[in-house]
Amino acid sequence: MQIDLRTVTIEPQRHAYDHLEQRFGAKPASRYQEASYDIQAVENLHYRPTWDPEQQLYDPDLSRVRMRDWYAIKDPRQFYYSSYTLTRARQQDTAEANFAFVESRGLSALMPGELTAQVLALLMPLRHAAWGANQNNTLICGYGFGTTFTQPCMFQAMDQLGIAQYLSRLGLLLGDPESLGAGKRAWMVDATWQPLRHYTEDTMALRDPVEVFVAQNLVLDGLLYPLVYEHLVDDVLSARGASCVAMLTQFMSEWGSETRKWIDAVTKTLAAESADNRAALCDWIDRWLPRAALAVLPIVAIVLGDQAQSAVEDQMTDFAGRLGKAGVTR
Amino acid sequence: MDMKVQKAKLGLKEKYRLMTRDLGWTPSYQPHEKLYPYAAYEGIVIHDWDKWEDPFRLTMDAYWKYQAEKDRKFYAIIDAHAQNNGHLNITDARYLSALKIFLQAISPGEYCAHKGFARAGREFPGVGTQVACQMQSIDELRHAQTQIHALSSYNRYYDGFHAFIQMRDRMWYNSVPRSFFDDAMTGGPFEFMVAIGFSFEYVLTNLLFVPFMSGAAYNGDMATVTFGFSAQSDEARHMTLGLECIKFILEQDPANLPIVQRWLDKWFWRGLRLLSLVGTMMDYMLPKRVMSWAEAWEIYAEDNGSALFKDLARYGIRPPKGWKDAAKARDHISHQFMLAFYQWSFGTAFHGWIPSEADLDWLSSKYPETFDRHYRPRWDYFKKLADAGTQFRNVGLAKLCQCCQMPCVFTEPDDPTLLCHRERVIDGHRYHFCSDHCREIVEHEPEKYVQAWMPMNQLFQGTSGGGGIENWMRWVNLVDGKDNGDFVGSRDQRNFAAWRGMATSNNGT
Amino acid sequence: MSQVFIVLQSNEETRAIVEAIEQDNPRAKVTRQPAMVRIDAPEHLVIRRTTVEEKTGGAFDLQSLHINLVTLGGHVSEDEDELSLSWNH
Ligand SMILES: [Fe+2]
Ligand SMILES: [Fe+2]
Ligand SMILES: [Zn+2]
Repeated sequence: MQIDLRTVTIEPQRHAYDHLEQRFGAKPASRYQEASYDIQAVENLHYRPTWDPEQQLYDPDLSRVRMRDWYAIKDPRQFYYSSYTLTRARQQDTAEANFAFVESRGLSALMPGELTAQVLALLMPLRHAAWGANQNNTLICGYGFGTTFTQPCMFQAMDQLGIAQYLSRLGLLLGDPESLGAGKRAWMVDATWQPLRHYTEDTMALRDPVEVFVAQNLVLDGLLYPLVYEHLVDDVLSARGASCVAMLTQFMSEWGSETRKWIDAVTKTLAAESADNRAALCDWIDRWLPRAALAVLPIVAIVLGDQAQSAVEDQMTDFAGRLGKAGVTR
Repeated sequence: MDMKVQKAKLGLKEKYRLMTRDLGWTPSYQPHEKLYPYAAYEGIVIHDWDKWEDPFRLTMDAYWKYQAEKDRKFYAIIDAHAQNNGHLNITDARYLSALKIFLQAISPGEYCAHKGFARAGREFPGVGTQVACQMQSIDELRHAQTQIHALSSYNRYYDGFHAFIQMRDRMWYNSVPRSFFDDAMTGGPFEFMVAIGFSFEYVLTNLLFVPFMSGAAYNGDMATVTFGFSAQSDEARHMTLGLECIKFILEQDPANLPIVQRWLDKWFWRGLRLLSLVGTMMDYMLPKRVMSWAEAWEIYAEDNGSALFKDLARYGIRPPKGWKDAAKARDHISHQFMLAFYQWSFGTAFHGWIPSEADLDWLSSKYPETFDRHYRPRWDYFKKLADAGTQFRNVGLAKLCQCCQMPCVFTEPDDPTLLCHRERVIDGHRYHFCSDHCREIVEHEPEKYVQAWMPMNQLFQGTSGGGGIENWMRWVNLVDGKDNGDFVGSRDQRNFAAWRGMATSNNGT
Repeated sequence: MSQVFIVLQSNEETRAIVEAIEQDNPRAKVTRQPAMVRIDAPEHLVIRRTTVEEKTGGAFDLQSLHINLVTLGGHVSEDEDELSLSWNH
């Protein structure tokens, strides 16, 4: 028997799961809300971690920052797995088309050799910086508290892996496996890259998930992405004839500005919570920002030489504006 | 003239190496142990992380592409399900009990797996392993979320779904899966990987997401079969990675063998106990059945498992200690557990019931050695009481196993008429166990298991809501008379019948 | 002798894959259950890209198998041209 169920109008017994009605009122919940709020266990944890019995299995006290409710943090993009994955799949389609375009027309081979060398010198070691960022965001997701704070960090980690892989493809397209090898050697030994590698390794030794968030996502990537992708690649190198490179790093430029909105929203919520939180954020920024500026300077100098200093200073001014808007002041 | 320089084509393997392993480096500004502090304390010795081989070699571009395709399909189906009253397609409202258990007990476990793999994805010092763990971490987040989304429309119409968040942390039977995952996550990264990769992925999800989901399709539940198969397509990848990891550990150093063997022993048994929930769902909660729990166990655990252990034998691995006892328990556990649930149905956020004659006949035919001898008489007895208006209720508090947290309702491996019960005094306190295997697990790490949150003890001590059943119900968000009790006479039964009636007659609109 | 197996969702996309598996693995046994197809084979099973492409008349990327894969048993080995399952004993 074929039944037409669509014609039946029945009254729902309730609008949403209890915890969502408690948070947002008796109305249907969005997919983001269903996917994100309160889905991490909070009480009656069974055992202490054998890897560190001082900690609880989910432990908000791992951070100096305190929140009455960690779910006050929200991702303005409202990314949950599906909306995240669909967004990235669309961007991946574009990236694929861009790579195919550059490759099929042999555009990269039309660039002067010196320019290609400069592009590779700038971008290849960044594969490893992206891997460092992947590590740090994975840690925040693993040890941070509350899904609305931690899930975007896992997405960020996967994005950074994706970026490292786009850079690898770019290197193979403009050069060959040896270009990647040269980049790795530079990352390991060249003076240009040591402040950044030092910074990365030091952040990987941190265990406060919010400090890692500040040092990596807010501070370092807050300088690195706009400087490298938006300024150096999109403007300076494009003007010198490397516009095909900008096509290959389009993902990174767009991603940088998209993720900044989320990073700023998180920072703003943390800062708005309390004076203690603001003090913690300021301490961390004092600790990491000067080092980040020193670390990006020699990298920017690969392309800009003497003018690197002023480019970094401009970026620092922009960055101070971001912090002001996010309410990070003593 | 063609300006393109013809480049040597890189092989898939070499390309994947550049896309993953080559990204990492040996730190020099910080000591290695500072960056990977939990890599050594379990005693596992790894000489060369680069020997790790990822069989699927997924890069992020392919990952996004294929996962997006899966998700587009999934959400199209559950959107249609929600818009078209798809819930009325199920064969019988009894089936909903299985979905309620799923959402309360399994979906939170998916989230634990997400969180645990994020940690493992940071703590392992090898890039290949880290990448595999990280992908698994977001996959598991996907599973938790797609399950919550798919069951959301059931929650709007039926009881027992609404408080799965509170019940995850407070409901007595949910401490079975919760303690399982908490146990794995409080172990080190290697134990976690073996526990989840082997016990959860290889043994459990195969049974849960394959025969059970095929059963869901058979019972008209397109939302559930869709999330089940969609999740399992990721689980197949996880399973493979878990096995790959076990082989990798064993190949790295002979000293790893006894540690891994102990973990396999432990987690096989932990998994088996958790699975009795799934067995009960399959034998009792699917109105139309594709196969019995025993048949599914035979195909997906015994056949597949013995193939695996034959394979691992070359490393010196033997089948888990509990293997034989598990085979003996196969024809018993689902019945023992459903009988227990029935007696305690006033304290469960899903309905219990006495199976119909036809269902009892089916169980007799599927369990010829055990059902008529041991279990059918008990159901007959319960039925007599229920018919006389004196439904059997067990208001006594069960002893819970200190390890698996199951009530001690299982029988001796070699005597199905005798309840199995073990005890042990640790530091002046008496602890109970459901089996030798659970006791052994605790004896190996007593300092860990004495910490367990035991819901029955807490209820007894009045720490769960202030003492008394009513306070306890309020504390777990259980709505008495709606979420709990017998299916017959329940609101779900009435509503489903009425709504179906509207759909199948002309006065529906 | 151990069995390897693969389970696929049963739908239009997997029809050609199942046909290709049957053609390339004469000893494989195909079982259809609600919403899924299970294929068992003694010791070894292979899925060849070119055979699937013959069946569909279009290009087939082996990694797209993940979309309709439900589960499998056996060790996996995969390259651009084939995915195989086997046990090592
Ligand atoms: Fe999962
Ligand atoms: Fe999984
Ligand atoms: Zn037990």
